Amino acid sequence: MTPAEIRDEILDILSDIAPDEDLSGLDDGKSFREQLELDSMDFLDIVMELRKRHRVQIPEEDYGHLASMSSTVTYLEPKMRDIVAA
Amino acid sequence: MAFQDRTADLPDDQRVVMTAVGLTSPNGNNLEDYRAALLAGRSGVQAYNIRYVGDTLAGVCNFEATKYQSRRDMRRGTRAGTIGIWCAHEAIARSGVDWANVDKSRVGIYVGITEHGNVETENEIYSIKGYDYDTTYWSHHHNPRTVANNPAGEIALNLGITGPHYTIGAACAAGNAGIIQGVQMLRLRECDLAIAGGVSESIHTFGIFASFKSQGALASHSDPTKGSRPFDKDRTGIVVAEGGSLYILERLSDAKARSANILAEIVSYAINTDATDFVLPNPERQAQCVQLALKRGGLAPDQIQIVSTHATGTASGDSQECEALRNAFSGCAGVRFNNTKSFIGHAMGAAGALELAGNLPSFQDRVCHATINVDNLDETCAIDGLVLNEPEPLGQVDYILNNSFGMLGINSVLIVRRF
Repeated sequence: MTPAEIRDEILDILSDIAPDEDLSGLDDGKSFREQLELDSMDFLDIVMELRKRHRVQIPEEDYGHLASMSSTVTYLEPKMRDIVAA
Repeated sequence: MAFQDRTADLPDDQRVVMTAVGLTSPNGNNLEDYRAALLAGRSGVQAYNIRYVGDTLAGVCNFEATKYQSRRDMRRGTRAGTIGIWCAHEAIARSGVDWANVDKSRVGIYVGITEHGNVETENEIYSIKGYDYDTTYWSHHHNPRTVANNPAGEIALNLGITGPHYTIGAACAAGNAGIIQGVQMLRLRECDLAIAGGVSESIHTFGIFASFKSQGALASHSDPTKGSRPFDKDRTGIVVAEGGSLYILERLSDAKARSANILAEIVSYAINTDATDFVLPNPERQAQCVQLALKRGGLAPDQIQIVSTHATGTASGDSQECEALRNAFSGCAGVRFNNTKSFIGHAMGAAGALELAGNLPSFQDRVCHATINVDNLDETCAIDGLVLNEPEPLGQVDYILNNSFGMLGINSVLIVRRF
């Protein structure tokens, strides 16, 4: 997956987790929490969905990397570069 | 011996009234539509398919859940929670209570459930099956979804209610038990307003269907609307339904102070136990439960106009209840008996509360809704006063007695009066 494809995948996961939110104006540089109503259980959903969809394992100590879209994509890029986008 | 309704002797702050009901049923999402369906003989049972069991029948509710709940919270929560939230909002809106100014710490939520957690547990097991049962794929939402207080807790979260909330697990007597709990808590001044009744999400667990099927107690019929047929010779068992019915309960003194519309006064109740079998009912104990409720209320059996029966469409359950009623109402020519499950199936934890709701308009329209689908009355169920297939106009309706029984031998009876 390219960084753009990873971003699309995260957006798709977010649309499942927070279906009432408008994600069209998401600022990649700002934290998710600043822009969306997400709590710790929602972040665990992001981790779970990545595990379920792509078998990507994210250790607890790395959860901080999922703060914003840009930090999430940067963190996931080496883990997902060999995955072929559906 | 002269009988007199004992509630008349109580001070107003010990008398409890129903000032609104919010409901969802397979054949209506508010009291008016639901009542109209019951009078028109309109079934809410439909063809249904559930994993592993396959094609079957069920009572399915179709209400606008997103009117009161975000899609995010629906995803995180449970169907029982969503049903409870719908019913609670509808009840509050219909009560005329000035909700914005109600002290939320003085509101209590008491929700009857037959079971809770089966749906969510089955879903998780089904999900991790796709990952070789690796439990690292098990959802972190599982525990908050399956704790036994979940449906009541979701209502509290949604409405910002900070008073007591919990569920009452009472098998299929739970709807009545939830209301009884609300009455008791109001009398004890544990709360000033109670949201009480029952909910059911049971159509979403294959285990309920499979277990009834293994027991030989799951209904089947080529025409779904004819599948639920208590008292009929050709009944084949239970139609499982989802649904909910929550009442706003208040002390009479509070209801009067705000000039509230009063649907009914709760004049008596009783809960007892068979202590004889896991599943088979005990007519002697059921009759005792009815008699205890009458005695506590200071009522003679012939003062009751309508008995809403529990009968589910099983051979032994229907005939045993009729035996109990034959004993409890012997010689009472004016009593009428009906059954709501024939329209909507068995709404499990919601059943008692939902079946009572459908009868409450009788206080105004003076009609007893029927039991539908009785083409060949089983002679073991032949009791005088059964209202079959067509509604029956009555004279004045003053008292309704509501039966609701459940597995492990729990019996509950609630008596309400026209106000």
